[in-house]
Amino acid sequence: MTEPLLSEISRPGRIGHRLPEADVPPASSDLPAALARGGLELPEVAENDVVRHFVHLSTLNYGVDTGFYPLGSCTMKYNPKISEDVARYPGFAAIHPYQPEETAQGALRVMYELQEALGEISGLRAVSLQPAAGAHGELTGMMMIRAYHEARGDSARSKVIIPDSAHGTNPATATMCGFATLPVGSDARGNVDIEQLRGLLDGNVAGMMLTNPNTLGLFDENMMAISEAVHAAGALMYGDGANLNALLGVARPADLGFDVMHINLHKTFATPHGGGGPGSGTVVARDILAPYLPVPLIRKRADGSFFLDYDMPDSIGRVRSFNGSFGVLVRAYVYIRALGASGLRNVGNDAILNANYLRARLEHAFEVPYSRACMHEFVMTGRRQKARGVRTLDMAKRLIDYGIHPPTVYFPLIVEEAMMVEPTETESKETLDAFVDAMLSIAREAEENPDLVRSAPHTTRVSRFDETAAARQPQLHW
Amino acid sequence: MEFVPNTDQDSEQMLQAIGVQTVDELLEVVPAAVRRPEMELPPPLTEMEIAAEMRRLAEQNANAHSHSYFLGAGAYFHYIPAAVSQLLLRSEFYTAYTPYQPEISQGTLQATFEFQSMIRSILGMDVANASMYDGATAMAEAALMAIAATRRDRVVVSGSVHPEYREVLDSYLKGRGFQIVTSSVTKQGDRVVEEDLASLVDDQTACLIVQYPNFFGGIGSLEGLADQVHARGALFVVSSDPIALGILKSPGEWGADIAVGEGQGLGAAVAYGGPYLGLLACREKYLRQMPGRLVGAARDSQGRRGFVLTLQAREQHIRREKATSNICTSEALVATGAAIYMALMGPQGLAQVARLCYDKAHYLAEKLFAVDGFNVLDTGPFFNEIVVQCPLEPAELNAALLAQGIVGGYDLGRSYPDLKGCMLLCTTEINSRAQIDHLVASLHSAAALKGVER
Repeated sequence: MTEPLLSEISRPGRIGHRLPEADVPPASSDLPAALARGGLELPEVAENDVVRHFVHLSTLNYGVDTGFYPLGSCTMKYNPKISEDVARYPGFAAIHPYQPEETAQGALRVMYELQEALGEISGLRAVSLQPAAGAHGELTGMMMIRAYHEARGDSARSKVIIPDSAHGTNPATATMCGFATLPVGSDARGNVDIEQLRGLLDGNVAGMMLTNPNTLGLFDENMMAISEAVHAAGALMYGDGANLNALLGVARPADLGFDVMHINLHKTFATPHGGGGPGSGTVVARDILAPYLPVPLIRKRADGSFFLDYDMPDSIGRVRSFNGSFGVLVRAYVYIRALGASGLRNVGNDAILNANYLRARLEHAFEVPYSRACMHEFVMTGRRQKARGVRTLDMAKRLIDYGIHPPTVYFPLIVEEAMMVEPTETESKETLDAFVDAMLSIAREAEENPDLVRSAPHTTRVSRFDETAAARQPQLHW
Repeated sequence: MEFVPNTDQDSEQMLQAIGVQTVDELLEVVPAAVRRPEMELPPPLTEMEIAAEMRRLAEQNANAHSHSYFLGAGAYFHYIPAAVSQLLLRSEFYTAYTPYQPEISQGTLQATFEFQSMIRSILGMDVANASMYDGATAMAEAALMAIAATRRDRVVVSGSVHPEYREVLDSYLKGRGFQIVTSSVTKQGDRVVEEDLASLVDDQTACLIVQYPNFFGGIGSLEGLADQVHARGALFVVSSDPIALGILKSPGEWGADIAVGEGQGLGAAVAYGGPYLGLLACREKYLRQMPGRLVGAARDSQGRRGFVLTLQAREQHIRREKATSNICTSEALVATGAAIYMALMGPQGLAQVARLCYDKAHYLAEKLFAVDGFNVLDTGPFFNEIVVQCPLEPAELNAALLAQGIVGGYDLGRSYPDLKGCMLLCTTEINSRAQIDHLVASLHSAAALKGVER
C-alpha cells in the first residue's frame, strides 16, 4: 500500500511541535504589514504522525545496513556506528564556525590532523577540507590548475583531456571551469590509448582528468607513461578520487604522478552517503599547487595551537561557506583513528581480494570484457543474456528480489550492458558467495524463464516505474 | 579496529579460487617502485579508546550546551525537536546511496519530494530541487543559471549579501569572463546605507542578487525591485533564511525568478559550519536550466504512485560537458531532516520560531539602547540580528563576554571596513530573556571597566 503524502494526512489545526511562549515582551515596533507574508501552506500533522510517516518511509529504503550494496564506483562500505555517536557530541555538533579559535581548539585539531593524515595517505600534502562533495572537489582542483597556469602567464591552456571511460562529472566540471574538453579513447586492454593521448597533448592543454583505477576497475598499465607525457607537455594531472579505496596501502597517488585530486570521504573513509549527501570532496595537491588552495586552511602555530589561515593571496578563494562539511570530517577522522596505519594498509588489499574473487567466480556466466586482474571493482557485461532478450537492467532489478542492491549499470559507457561490481573490503566471503549464487541463479533464469527476470522486481512494495512519462510531464511537488 | 571480516582461512580460499598465491600477484600492474608505501599514521584504536579521545577533543570546544551564544551571521542555533534527530538515525536513510533504484529507494525519494514541496511553498516559487551543498553554492549556481538563461555575462550582487557567499560567487564566476558588480555598503551617521541596487542593473546584466533578511538582519521592503530588474531583461535572485520566512514575505512574493538560501536552520546542527543545506527554487520557465537532482511523481507498472529521479537529461551523468552543473551528491540526508522539521513545525510552528527570533532581537536592541557607549545602528526594519557599534574592539569585548560564559557577536570589521568596531549580534528562540539580560549586563560592565562613557 502506498505511503500517503504529508499533505494528505494534514488536518487544519493539528500541531506537531510547540515552543515555549515568548519570555520577552512583543516587539514595540511590530512587523510592518507590507513585509508580512500572505500565508504559508505547510502540512499540519501531529508528532506521532510525523514519526510513523518517516519510519514507514525508511522501511521502503535499502541501505548498507540492510544488506550487500555492490554499487560500482560508490564504495558502499560499512559505516562504523561510533562515528555517528561522536559527530553528535555537543562539542562537535553545537559549535559555531565563527566562535573564537581559542574556544574551538578540539575541532581545529580534528581538522588539522585529518589534513595531515590525508596528505600522508595520498602523498599530496597540501590539503583543503572545504569542498562539500566529489564533484565540488573536482571543481576546486580544476580551478587550482587554471590558477596555476594563469600565475605562470601560460594563458593558452584552455583544454582538458578526459578519457571516454570517465565519470560524467569530469567533463561537466571542466566546462564549469571554462575549459573545453578533449576526449581520449581506451585501448583494447582497458587503458588510456597512450598514442592517441600523445597526439592530443600540446601547449593548449591545461591538464588531464584521470581516474585510476579507472571505471573498469583496472589499474592503467601505462600510468607512469601517461603522467610523464602530460607533464612533459606542461600540463597537470588531476586525479578523480572516486576509486581511491583500491589504492589504500597499495600506492600513493602522488607517486603515480597526480598533482591534485579529490578524496570522497563518503566513499573511501566510510562516512555514510545519506541517500545522496552530505559528503566531502577534500582536495589534496602537490606543493606547487598549495598557494591556490581555497581559504581558509587550518594551520598549527609553534606553540601547538591551531588557527584558520586566511592569508593566502593567490588562493582561488572560497568554494563553500564556513568550514566545509565538518560533521563528515569528524566521522572520517574517527575512521582513520580506528584503523590506524595497519588497518588502512589492509583496506585496499581486502577490497582487491574481494573484487577479484567475485570476478573469478562470475566471469564464466557473464563476460568480463577486459579480463585481467582487477583492483577494487570490475565490469562485466550482460551481452550474452541480452541475446536472449534479458537486459542488464532486468537482471539488476531481479537481484533486488534476492535481497541484494544492484551493481552500477550501464556505466562505464564503453561497455555494452555494463554491470560494475564493487564489493568493498567490509563484506564477508559468505556475503560474496550469496551474491555469486544469486547472479548465477539469475543467469539460469534468463535462459529458462526470461519473463520472470524481465518483470522483476517481484518482492518490493512498488514495481518498475514509467520514468519516461514522469519526465514528460514532471510533477515535482504535491 | 578494522571492519574487515575476512579470516586468514577465507583469504586462502578466495586466493585459491582466483588462482593466485597472494594479493600481490594481482598487483603486478602497479609499478614495483611505488607499490606498498609506508604510511606514518597513529596506531589503531578500539572503539572505547576512540570515544574517550574524541570526547576529550570535543570538550575543548565551547558549545551551545556550555555557553550562551549570540553569534549568527549565516549559521543559527535553533531548537531541534527530538523527533528530527531520532528519525535521522534510521540507517535505511543514512546508509543508502543516491536513489538510482527507485523500487528500493522510495523512502529517500518520497522524503525528497515532500522536501521539494515544502521548500517551494516556503520560498513561494514553482519548483524546488532536491538540495545544493549550502546557501553559498546555491547562490553561485543561481547566478550561473541566470547567465545561461539570459545569455548575459554580468551579475550584480548586493553588498549586504553574506560576505562568504559573495566570495564563493567570485570563485565560481571569475576565470570564465563573467563580471561581478557589488553594491557598496557604508555607514552614514547611525545608519547602514546601501547603494541603490536598481541603478546598477543594466541591459547586459544577467541577474541582481539580494539577501533577505540581509546579512545585517535588515528586512527593508524589496517592493518594485523585481519590476526594475525585469525591465532590464535581467532575473531577480533572492537568497533567504527559510526560518525568517515563517513570517516574512517570500522571495516569490517579492517577484524573484530564482530563490536560494541556507536551510541549516530547518533542523540541522550548526556543527562548526556543516554539513548544511543549499536551497534552490525557481519559476517553472527556468526548470530546464536548474542544477541538481529533482524528484518527480511517477506510476509503477501496476499504476501505483511512487517517486523517481527525473529530468536527468540536465545532469552530468547524461549530458556530460553540456550539463547544467557538475553537481551530483548534494545534501539528501540534511534535506530529509529539514522535511521532518518542517512537517513537525507546520505553518504555526514556523511562524512561532520566526516571531520568537524577531521579538528577542527587538528586546535585545531596546535593552542595548540604554547602555552607555553602545549604539544600535539603523538598518531599517530588522529580523533577528542587529548591528551594534561598540566602544571597544569587538574582539576585546568578545573576550570579556567569554569570561562570562557568553559567545558574542560577529566582528563586522572583518568584512566591512566602514563597520570597523561594530558587531553583529543574533538572537533566536534558544536565547532566554535571562541570557539576553546577562549579555547586556556583561557588555555594560566590560565597557565600564574600560571607563567608557556615552
